Amino acid sequence: MGGGGTMTRTFGAYGGRYVPETLIPALEELESAWRGLAGDDGFHAELDELLATYAGRPTPLTRVERFAPGTRMYLKREDLLHTGAHKLNNALGQAVVARRLGKRRIVAETGAGQHGVATATVCARFGLDCVVYMGSEDIRRQAPNVARMKLLGARVEPVEFGTRTLKEATSEAIRDWIANVDTTYYLIGSCVGPAPYPELVRELQRVIGREAREQVLAAEERLPDAVVACVGGGSNAIGIFSEFVGDEGVRLIGVEAAGAASLGTGRAGVLHGARSSLLADEDGQILDAHSISAGLDYPGVGPEHAQLRDEGRAEYVTATDEDALAAFHRLCATEGIVPALESSHALARAAELAGQLVLVCLSGRGDKDLAEVLAR
Amino acid sequence: MKTLVVYLMAMPDTPRLVEAAVDAGADIVEFGFPFSDPLADGPVIRRAGERALAAGMRTARCLECLAETRALVDVPLVPMTYASLLDAYGYERFEQEAKEAGATSLIVVDLPADSHRELRRIQLVAPTSTDERLRLAADTTDGWLYLVTVTGTTGVRPELAPTLAPLAERVRAITDARLYAGFGIATPAHARAAAGLVDGVVVGSRAVEAAEAGVDELHALVRSLRGALDAAAPVA
Repeated sequence: MGGGGTMTRTFGAYGGRYVPETLIPALEELESAWRGLAGDDGFHAELDELLATYAGRPTPLTRVERFAPGTRMYLKREDLLHTGAHKLNNALGQAVVARRLGKRRIVAETGAGQHGVATATVCARFGLDCVVYMGSEDIRRQAPNVARMKLLGARVEPVEFGTRTLKEATSEAIRDWIANVDTTYYLIGSCVGPAPYPELVRELQRVIGREAREQVLAAEERLPDAVVACVGGGSNAIGIFSEFVGDEGVRLIGVEAAGAASLGTGRAGVLHGARSSLLADEDGQILDAHSISAGLDYPGVGPEHAQLRDEGRAEYVTATDEDALAAFHRLCATEGIVPALESSHALARAAELAGQLVLVCLSGRGDKDLAEVLAR
Repeated sequence: MKTLVVYLMAMPDTPRLVEAAVDAGADIVEFGFPFSDPLADGPVIRRAGERALAAGMRTARCLECLAETRALVDVPLVPMTYASLLDAYGYERFEQEAKEAGATSLIVVDLPADSHRELRRIQLVAPTSTDERLRLAADTTDGWLYLVTVTGTTGVRPELAPTLAPLAERVRAITDARLYAGFGIATPAHARAAAGLVDGVVVGSRAVEAAEAGVDELHALVRSLRGALDAAAPVA
């Protein structure tokens, strides 16, 4: 883990801490704790042990020749992680941090439900109270994950206003945190939010890139031409990109949902405690996002992605609902892997990189999406 | 004399509502510029913001509305909003045009005292603020200090929060600035209780509800709050 020793609160013109005063002391406490943990061998040993024996790391790298003939494509199989997505890397790490801060109550937001399930899972494992805010539209779309969260002992609070999706769920989780900040840890699910969250989440997801880099070097004895990942808030992408940012010859490609392209069509604005590239109008009012995939249905994105875009280090492209569905069906039929609709966006664009060595982050599995896909 | 601050969301009919509030005894009016994702607001102001946006109350229109109000009343009018609006409009431009429209200072709920220091504004402090942060807010605030009575969002609560008294005491120890308490203050009883601790109160959600019911309802509410404050600290 890179750790908090180099912690910054901004990423170029992005990031920062745009929150009510009530939360500032809690963010400072978190930042200071995180910085302390960077050099704490006990923390790293505890987390590594949990990742290995509970989460199922390392996850394998799978070559997919039938899905992408003519391309040397490898999938980093975060879908095989316990609970079925990369979200657990972050939830486990933050739960360990929360315990060290002495917080016994956890609040979280969820879109697709994967982060909610990961949070409910770690809370069950550690005996922590868990409240997950979820938009009522997402509750409808992701019923299996709602049932799982409840089974794991979490309280799922429906959010009934605005778009009834991840944006409102995040606002409501933050409001809960404001009201209960003395007892409660906010376990944010992506590399968004006020500092130090974007950096903290990146460092916890960095394990994806660290493993993948070693695995692709072992398989091919060279670095990939491109690393491709889907981007909603952007945590799986930042996790895998981080280990390749210094490798100039490696293209970093983030794939957004066409109806939620915060980086592709967005503008600078402030949402959920950070300045980033957002779907917003010229007055700074946040616009609605639209995606078949609940996990990408978010008008914001992690501030570090906005910086990587501005610097030209990473490219951000889009895939439509139809592109994602086609890739979803194709991976099922050709490889026997059911991908999450989120990850299917990355698959759709990666499949076009003919003749190249391509590493794709398969961020989650698609069981949760079956009803949505089969209804089409 | 205790100060009565009333918050109203900018709407096409806000100028005459402000006029009524001032007639009934409001000393200062906070003028809400709606934001789509107001993290610090409870359900009443959130819904009022949604309605305002649906009514087309974007930044330029809110500034016009502020200027229309300025023509009707003499009390300080303080725009209260979120950073995203200033980021989009330009911080300096927003500050300048608000001043031209008749604003006295500004409140930006999600801009802590240590960020965008160049922007003169009324700072907020909360029960969770450390003494160091209280000092920073007191040193940089533009006029009075806004004491958030609770750890929580805006909205009516049954009792005055027990967290206000210790906060007021800590802030008193470090500054002579006038202290006005808000969040959760809705009734004359709340106002009376708070008046024993601070120099004034801010009534937000309850005022917004009253304004939605009409000018008479707002006028009656503000009169009752005024009466409670004057009874708590009679004019000499």
